[in-house]
Amino acid sequence: MSRIEAEVGKPQGGLIKWIDDRFPMTSTLKYHVTEYYASKNFNWWFVFGVLAMVVLVIQLLTGIFLTMNYKPAAAEAFASVEYIMRDVEWGWLIRYMHSTGASFFFIVVYLHMFRAMLYGSYKKPRELIWLIGMMIFFVLMAEGFAGYLLPWGQMSYWGAQVIISLFGAIPVVGDALVEIIRGDYSISDITLNRFFALHVIVLPLALIGLIFVHIVALHEVGSNNPDGIDIKKHKDESGKPLDGVAFHPYHTSKDLVGIIVFLMIFSAVVFFAPDMGGMFLEHANFEPANLTATPEHIAPVWYYTPYYAILRAVPDKLWGFILFAMAVVLPVFLPWLDRCRVRSIRYRGWMYKTALTTFVITFVMLGWLGLQAATPTYVMLARVFSVLYFAFFLLMPFYTAMDKTKPEPDRVIYHD
Amino acid sequence: MTEDDLDRNRRHFLTVATVATGAIGAGLVAIPFISSLKPSARAQALGAPVEVPLGSMQPGEMVRVLWRGRLVFVLRRTKEMLASLPIVVDELRDPNSEVVEQQPDYAANDTRSVKPEYLIVEGSCTHLGCAPLEDFEVRPAEEWGGGFFCPCHGSKFDLAGRVFKGVPAPTNLRVPPHRFVRDDLILIGQDTGAA
Repeated sequence: MSRIEAEVGKPQGGLIKWIDDRFPMTSTLKYHVTEYYASKNFNWWFVFGVLAMVVLVIQLLTGIFLTMNYKPAAAEAFASVEYIMRDVEWGWLIRYMHSTGASFFFIVVYLHMFRAMLYGSYKKPRELIWLIGMMIFFVLMAEGFAGYLLPWGQMSYWGAQVIISLFGAIPVVGDALVEIIRGDYSISDITLNRFFALHVIVLPLALIGLIFVHIVALHEVGSNNPDGIDIKKHKDESGKPLDGVAFHPYHTSKDLVGIIVFLMIFSAVVFFAPDMGGMFLEHANFEPANLTATPEHIAPVWYYTPYYAILRAVPDKLWGFILFAMAVVLPVFLPWLDRCRVRSIRYRGWMYKTALTTFVITFVMLGWLGLQAATPTYVMLARVFSVLYFAFFLLMPFYTAMDKTKPEPDRVIYHD
Repeated sequence: MTEDDLDRNRRHFLTVATVATGAIGAGLVAIPFISSLKPSARAQALGAPVEVPLGSMQPGEMVRVLWRGRLVFVLRRTKEMLASLPIVVDELRDPNSEVVEQQPDYAANDTRSVKPEYLIVEGSCTHLGCAPLEDFEVRPAEEWGGGFFCPCHGSKFDLAGRVFKGVPAPTNLRVPPHRFVRDDLILIGQDTGAA
C-alpha cells in the first residue's frame, strides 16, 4: 500500500505535504540549499560561481527579449540591431546589457577558474566537476562566437571568416567540415541563420544542462575551501560538518553582497562605457559587413585574444591550429597534471606559487598581444609567452611533485 | 522461472541485436539532418557563374566581383607587372603552381592565367580567409615588386597570386574556374561548355 493510499481521508500537513508526497520538493531543497553545508571560511574568491549564475540569468532574459526584434537574415540583421538601439523602447538598454553581459560572463568565469587553480578545487575528488566546468567553458566560447556573428557587422563577418577558416586547416576533412559549418560556399545568410539557431537554442540548452550537472556533481562531493581540506572529517552528532554552514541562509546572504557589488560595476559599464573603448564592442562592427574588404586591423573580442595570440605566433597554418586547440584544451588535464599532495596555495611551496604567478602574467600578456597589430616585436613576444603558457601545463607534473609543502591544518582557519 | 532456466547466451544475443538495430536506425536518421546542413539547392543555384566585362579595364586596373559570395580579383596586368613575375621566383613557396587544388590546369603556368594579361584569383587569403589588399607600388628599397598583402596575419603574394616564403599562408591564392566567352568578357565559375 502506497503512502498516498494510506493517507486518504486524512488531510493534514497542508499543500507542502501534498506536494512532498508526490514530488521530492522539501528533501531536494534541504539537500541542495538549506542543509547543504559549505565551509564557513569562504573568501571572496568563492563568489564567482554564484555570479556566473547571475550573468547567465541576465543573458537568458535579455537574449529572449532581443530575439523578439532581431532578424536573423543577412539583408536585415544589421538594420534590425540598429532598430533595437534606436526605435525599440529601452531596446538600447536590453542590447547593452546583453553585449556587456557577454564580456562579464568571461570575466566571471575566468576568475572562477582561477579560484580553482588557487585552491586546487579541481583535485580529487572534484575532477569531474572540473571536467564538466571545462565543457561549460567550451560551450560558452562557442556561444560567444556564434553570437558575435549576429549583428552582421564588419568584425562579425571577418572574425567569423578567420575562425571558421581555422577548421579548414584540419587535414582531409577540413574543407568539407567548413562547408557544413557555413552551409554555403562563403559566410552568407545561410550561415547567419544557423548561427542564430545555435546561439539561441542549441548552445544555451547545452549550457543549462551542463551547469545543472556541474552543481549536482559539486553537491555530491561538497565544496572546496580556501584551506583545501576536507570539512567532512569533523562532524557533530547530527552529521553536520563542524566547519560547515548551510548554503541558505548563511552563504546566500554573503553572496547577496557580492551580487550587489557585481551589479554596481555591471551597471556602470552598461550606462557609461558599453563599448569599453572598443574592447566589448569593437568599433569596426559599427559598419555593416562588407564582403569585399577586410578591416585593416582584425582582432577577436578580448576574451579569445590569449588563444588568438598563440595562433598568430605560429608561422604555419596547421601548427597554428594545433597549438591554438591545445592551448584551449590543456587545462582539462589539470587534475592529473598536478601531482601536489595539498590543494590550497596556502600550503604549497614556492615553485607552484611562482608558476601560477607567471601563468597569470602570461595569460594577461597574451590577451593584450592578441589585441595588437602583429608587428615583428609583438610576434616575438607572443612566441615567448606561448612557450611559457605551455610550460606551465607540461612541466606541472615535475614542479608540483618536487615542490615542498607546508603541513595542512586539521580544521579550517577561521577568525571569529 | 528460476535463474537456472535463463538462457544467458540468448539474452545476450537479443541485447546486442537490439542495441545494434537501434544504433543503425539512429545512424540512418542522422543522414537527413546532417545533409540539411550542406549547401542547399538554392545556395548551389546562387553559386551560378558571373560575367565580368573587360572592355573598359585599363592596364594596371583591378576590379572586385563576388562569385558564390566569395571575393574574386580581376587584374589587368601591365607589361611591367608581367616582367616582374620571373624575378621573384626564388622567394616563392610554390612558383610553378604545383599544388593542384589551387588552380585549374589551364592556369598552372608561369602567369597563372589563361591570357597573361588578365589575372583572375580569389581574394581570399589561403591562411584564414581575410581579403588581401592590393599593393602594386614597386618599392625596391623594401625589395617589394608589387603584389598582395593580407592585413590580418601579414601573408604576401606576388602579382600572380603566388605566396612568398616565410608567411603563414601555405599556398598560392586560388584561381577560380573561368573562361573567356569573348576577348572582352569572362565568365567566372564555369570553364566547360562552348569554348
